[in-house]
Amino acid sequence: MLYKFVKRSEITQRKSIEIRTVAILLALLVSALFILILDLNPLEVYLAMIKGAFGSSYRIKQTIINTIPLVITSLGIAIAFKMKFWNIGAEGQIMMGAFAASFFALRFPELPPFLLLPLMMVAGIIGGGLWAVIPAFFKAQWETNETIVTLMMNYIALKWVTYLQYGPWRDQKALGFPKIPNFSENAILPNVFGVHIGWIFALVLIVLTYIFMNHSKLGFEIAVLGESDNTARYAGINIKKTIVIALLISGGLSGLTGVIQASAVSNTLNVEISGGIGYTAIITTWLGSLSAPLILLVSILFAALIQGGSFIQTAFGIPEAAALILEGMILFFVLGSEFFVKYKLVKNVVYQPVAGKEEV
Amino acid sequence: MNNVKYISMVNITKTFGKVIANKNINLSVNKGEIHALLGENGAGKSTLMNMLSGIYIPDSGSIFIEGEEVKFSSPKDSIQAGIGMIHQHFKLVEVLTAQENIILGQKTGFFLNKKAIREKIEEVQRKFQLEVDLDKKVYEMSVGEKQNLEILKVLFRGAKILILDEPTAVLTPQETAKLFIIMRKMKEEGCAVIFISHKMNEVMEISDKITVLRKGETVKTVDKEKTNPQELTELMVGYPVDLSIKRLEKQGRKAVLRVRNLRVENEEGIEVLKGLNFDLRAGEILSIAGIAGSGQKELCEAIAGLYPVKSGEILFKGENLVGKNPKEIIAKGVSMSFIPEDRLGMGLVAAMDIVDNILLKQYQKQKGFLVNRKPATSKAKEIIKKLDIQTPGIYHPIRDLSGGNIQKVLLGRELDTNPELLITAYPVRGLDINTCHKIYDLLNEEKAKGVAILYIAEDLDSLIGLSDRIMVLSNGEITGIVEARKATKEQIGLMMLGEKINETEGAYVV
Repeated sequence: MLYKFVKRSEITQRKSIEIRTVAILLALLVSALFILILDLNPLEVYLAMIKGAFGSSYRIKQTIINTIPLVITSLGIAIAFKMKFWNIGAEGQIMMGAFAASFFALRFPELPPFLLLPLMMVAGIIGGGLWAVIPAFFKAQWETNETIVTLMMNYIALKWVTYLQYGPWRDQKALGFPKIPNFSENAILPNVFGVHIGWIFALVLIVLTYIFMNHSKLGFEIAVLGESDNTARYAGINIKKTIVIALLISGGLSGLTGVIQASAVSNTLNVEISGGIGYTAIITTWLGSLSAPLILLVSILFAALIQGGSFIQTAFGIPEAAALILEGMILFFVLGSEFFVKYKLVKNVVYQPVAGKEEV
Repeated sequence: MNNVKYISMVNITKTFGKVIANKNINLSVNKGEIHALLGENGAGKSTLMNMLSGIYIPDSGSIFIEGEEVKFSSPKDSIQAGIGMIHQHFKLVEVLTAQENIILGQKTGFFLNKKAIREKIEEVQRKFQLEVDLDKKVYEMSVGEKQNLEILKVLFRGAKILILDEPTAVLTPQETAKLFIIMRKMKEEGCAVIFISHKMNEVMEISDKITVLRKGETVKTVDKEKTNPQELTELMVGYPVDLSIKRLEKQGRKAVLRVRNLRVENEEGIEVLKGLNFDLRAGEILSIAGIAGSGQKELCEAIAGLYPVKSGEILFKGENLVGKNPKEIIAKGVSMSFIPEDRLGMGLVAAMDIVDNILLKQYQKQKGFLVNRKPATSKAKEIIKKLDIQTPGIYHPIRDLSGGNIQKVLLGRELDTNPELLITAYPVRGLDINTCHKIYDLLNEEKAKGVAILYIAEDLDSLIGLSDRIMVLSNGEITGIVEARKATKEQIGLMMLGEKINETEGAYVV
């Protein structure tokens, strides 16, 4: 081999920004070829994507609405990831949070909003939190693999809501259509400046999570535990308790996402409520390097990409699959660039013993 | 012999970020020479050797083997050039046999010609008088045996230049003697041996030439015959130092720690501490000698509440610690610091900075939900100054510091908790002589304050010099407790190997 990869010992801020910028440019370049094959003008398509995401106050609102669940879920995932607890279960935790909130929304539709909404939020946080505590407990007690358990529990949550939707909670008035009844007005989160109140929650939670991760005792313990079990034990940290509480918070945040999506976006509970947010948020968390402010930035860009992607479908009449390819391409390059942030390509210098030289 | 040096490293410079690890270093080694590298921690010895073995690539400078310039871009290149490095951490597969470990990673065909390979291995063994049981599994081997296997492995791969990074740190005196026989044999065979050690007596015993490094630069290369430990230490440190270890006369009589019939089982249900009984008094340094893995770690962890106790009592000021959790035990005034072979493992968080590592022992005493980093920050500055820790700053991840500096952070933090019982295992592991003495002084300071100290170390000279009594552990049993004043290295060495002390010999004290 002529070239090989060498791990970078360290990288400057500037260099890493450079690499990421090049990645995005490359992504746009390669995507441009693809767009040319579709017989469209790449520049126009890109401009349309930006217009689609930020071009009008309505579109900006849509982008914000897409950003909110990504941010809150990512914050939850970041807490678990900081502890090196690979919580892949945000999707299910969102579902169970939405489920717990829906229970109160459907059961007490007449309660005044100032009682019902907090009740739903608390229920949702506990619902999502407990769903995450189950794998946490197994991990703490028997060292089970959290990646598999959290992933599998996503399917359980999904099927549970499907069951409710087709079975006990099915709306009798929907003329056979399998849906859960809509929430009453009282159970719907209010709008603030034209977008549902979730954006305020997201901003507050970013600040709170930042303080929690960097300046709280528990946040410190989570970070220590993430680095070394032994050191945590040595310092007198109760490992089992810390894992369980951290995941209660992690899942609780996803649960809150579920409440917001069910109440403010869908106005009901259904199986599409999480719509892959739990998985997308893993990417945004990682790209935001587990830092609360960066997560906000990455989430906005991601939401814009999705929003812009769906806009060009209608604007240019290109199929959904093509739009997804563009999104995928950009994602591929950006994620791929992470590799080059950690490694560099160097020319391989092979040691060649000098021929014919005998030992002196 | 012509004038061409076997190995010569010329004007080698290597930086890690802002830290200059090596600056214009020159080193040359002849065939049939044992060349010692001496230097304080962080002087750049390991960095230099890692460049010779292809792990790091120098920023500038050249390496010549037999007069030909070589550029290594990986350890593979260096092995091909006949260089073999024995690291402090053995790179062996525990569940495989010695022979399998030797063959592992070698380019062979699809089928192995085991018989031919075995003959070749045995030939190397005969040539260098290396005793290794080829069919023994690595996990059944003692540290000394593993080291022999490592040496055999690199020799089998054709190494003519052997680099030994602190090879004697984990050996008993008897094993060290055997290692020296092998090293001399290699010398006779015309190999070059580069030997990194902190133990002055060993350097004086085995080496032909000594190169002293200080703060990343070559100070001097001297002939062993023309130098002495005092001069070497001064070259290393840069100013005259006193090499004798002071022993403070014992003060208190009150037993702070009483251990009674302590039995501990490991995860496999094998008893690793077999009924220990001993007392530790206030203002006393009781040290534990023993071959690595004789139960030292389990004893430390059992006292600190980190290891489950099967039966027996650990009485701290009359109160039984068995069954209490680590947090409660720390709160009572027990400090335990264990420096493992990798120097991090337990007690420190590699990815965090000094402030956060100090915070680790402080934050639980703070009230409220948030942590206050201010006291830890000022403490960090204080410890850096007091213990002369080399770091680019207090907010630098400690993983980037040299091993010795990492240890100072740990010890500085532990002493700062004002413990009544200080358990410190291997605090000077791999430290240079000057830092060692600094640490002995610190321990004596604590002793003078009336702290009971349980001191675990490998270097018998320091054990004998520093402590009041020495307890020898062998295979989880106490083979004897001797007065340090009357103890000899040979006697302790034998006890470490399991020979119970004969009471008539006189030194038996409990």
